Formats: sequence, structure tokens, C-alpha cells
Amino acid sequence: MTKIYQSASEALSDLSSGMTLMSGGFGLCGIAENCIDAITFMDVKDLTVISNNIGNAGKGLVKILVQNKIKKAYCSYVGGNPDLEKLMLADEIEVELVPQGTFSERIRAGGMGIRGFYTPTGFGTKISEGKEVKVFDRPCILELPLRADFAIIKAQKGDPYGNLWFKEAARNFSPLMAMAADITVVEVEELVELGDIAPEDVHLPGIFVQRIFKGKDYKNDIEYRKVKS
Amino acid sequence: MSWTKEQMADEVIKLFIKNCSVNLGIGLPSIVAERLPPDLNIMVHSENGILGVGERPTENEVSPTLINAGKETVTIIKGASYFDSSLSFGMIRGGHIDFSVLGGMEVDVAGNLANWMIPGKKVTGMGGAMDLVNGSKNVIVMMNHFTKKGIPKLKDHCELPLTGAAVVNMVVTEMGMFSPDKNKFKIIKLAEGAKNLDLGPVE
Repeated sequence: MTKIYQSASEALSDLSSGMTLMSGGFGLCGIAENCIDAITFMDVKDLTVISNNIGNAGKGLVKILVQNKIKKAYCSYVGGNPDLEKLMLADEIEVELVPQGTFSERIRAGGMGIRGFYTPTGFGTKISEGKEVKVFDRPCILELPLRADFAIIKAQKGDPYGNLWFKEAARNFSPLMAMAADITVVEVEELVELGDIAPEDVHLPGIFVQRIFKGKDYKNDIEYRKVKS
Repeated sequence: MSWTKEQMADEVIKLFIKNCSVNLGIGLPSIVAERLPPDLNIMVHSENGILGVGERPTENEVSPTLINAGKETVTIIKGASYFDSSLSFGMIRGGHIDFSVLGGMEVDVAGNLANWMIPGKKVTGMGGAMDLVNGSKNVIVMMNHFTKKGIPKLKDHCELPLTGAAVVNMVVTEMGMFSPDKNKFKIIKLAEGAKNLDLGPVE
């Protein structure tokens, strides 16, 4: 059975209302642009979305946020996303803010079969409320894994097995999310032949990828363009 | 005269040691990056997955996939590496980052820091700050000394939701450098313009 699909809409045809969706990217860097656009045209709602920023500056996942398709969001940072901040302050969306290191580790744990872990991050803050505390060298809180029905991620290069290579700092949460979802859909700028990515250069082995397609029309938006003066 | 932002950054840099690793937060701390002396051999970590952040790119060097945690375009230095977010925060949580410089809304005498939300008014989220303050070997807060209403941000007790409990080692403001010390802030350095001002619980 091939993992290669022709488009985002084909690869996401069985995404349905009420499902949990992980979406890679840091701000707008490395987001699955084609998949997000495809979801804006789909008749789905009540999604639980796990993504570091839920889009930013009116772009990325904000497109489906403003369509009211998201019921609950897990993220670490809202600064730069006024649409989400407005919904949060008006109590119109359920949001679980998770410290970014705990966020990435909960996703990694979900993919790696780790049933929970203790971390000092968040101890003594709102984050620790209601969580089990255990004292090691210092107090730590129990954090539980995150998993999803679908993950949508983007890589620069991928092969038909789903081996991936990410460009520069675009990797961020994407490999972790690929491990933690039942169905991982990858869009790539370059769909290459098996063997074109040398084994030692594979950033994510294809075993974690179920569907892959060659994306198009990438905008690769830059949020803050700062250059040497 | 109080310290300028550049003077504040230079005071922060004086705290660094040669060959150390440093994470610089969004806002005021980003000025530190622009003033690091090359001979200190500092590796700048950016939690989105870079160790070895360099200076600003030229127009030709700009890459949408090469940004720092503030989502600003950057370059890398020789010896840099890229990695995923879990490894990045493993560097932080595992105690491999020597210095973390963050912005702040409030710091109190117990070394508590608040910098991620004002209930009912503003939510920025904690991003990586909660991990950074618990995992870094040294935590430096770089912030304006007063709120827009003129109230000192150095406090007996933080009133805003905490980012971390008993985590701050040093605070640098335009009024000087201060370290939390049980029931007060100890003055390490004082800017000239700070005399006769109410700086909060500072001795």
C-alpha cells in the first residue's frame, strides 16, 4: 500500500468532527500550509487542536480558529496571536496552556509509549494545580502524554516511505507530533526517491508517517523580518 | 541618569562566563544578543531548535526557516546545530544551559517571577519561560523597573500568577542590578539616577 497521496484534501478526507489534531510549526515557521488550507474547506467542527501557537498574526491555524472549528486548544504561547487571546479573554474557547518543554515532552511521551513523567517545570504555579507532586531532589509534578487522531506536518524533503528531512529550524515539534498521532499526514516541498535522503541524514524515520504528498504554493511567511542595519 | 537598554544589556553580559551557553528571551533580552563580544565564545540557544544563533541576516541571507524564539530572522555561527523541540527543552531541563535571560512583569524577594499573564486583561502564555527558569543554571531577569503607572516591579510578594517559584538569581533594570535575598533585594549595583527613588523592597 502506498503512502503517497495527491493532495491535502485527499490525505485528510477522513478527518472528522470531534477529532484531535496535532499541527507542527513554531509560529508560522514550518507549518503545514496545504493541510491547514484544506481543513478550511472541510465540514468539520469541535476539533481539539494541539499546536504551539494555534497560528499567529491571522495566519496558519488562525484560519480554522476564526471559522469556529476548534473547540479546545493545547498550546504554550498566545503572544502574537490576537485572535486567540481575544477568544480566551472572552471565555469563548477552552485552552490549556502548557509550558513549552512540558508540551513537547508530553507529545514525545505520547509517541514513545511513556505513560507519564515528573518535571520541576511549573511547580508552585497554576500549572501544578490538581497534579500529583513527588519530591526528588526537588518537587516535581506528574505530566501525562498527549496523543492525536491526526498530525499534520511539513518537511522540506520526504521519500515514499515517509523518511523526512527538515530545513534549518523548521523541525521544532513536527517529528514529535508525527510519533504521537494515529495518522500522520506529511506535506513536503520536495518528494524524492527512496535512498535520496542518506540514512544518516534522516531526521524522522518513515515508520512514523502514514501519508505523504507534495505540497504547492508555499508562502513560508516571515513574522518579524529583521536584517543587519 | 538611569541605565539605557544598551547599558542594561552590557551589565547582563558582564555576568556571563567565557564559553557558556545562553538563552535570551523575547523583548529586552534580545538586545543582549546584539552586544555579545565575540571573544567570549558564547553559544546562544534558541528554544525553537538552534544552538549557535548568530547576528541578523543581510537581505540576501534571510530565510523563513531560520528564526529565533521571538520569530525574528537570524543567522547561525560556525559550530551551530539544529534539533527538535524535545531535545531543545532537554538541554534546558537537563541543566545544560548556563544562563537564561528573561523579561519580567514582577519579581519578588523570594526570587519568584511572574511574566506570563494578567488575569482578565492579557494572556501571552508562558512559552518556554517555565522550563527555562527551572532548568537553567542561572536565571537573570531583565526588565523595566517600574510599571507604566510608576509602581516598582520589584515586590515583597508577586501578585500576578507565577512563572516560577524561587528561581530568579539576578534582576537587571534601568535602576541597577539586584539579587533576591530572603526578605529584600540586595543592591549589587545602583544606577546614578536611582538615588532617592522608591525602588521597592531594596536595601
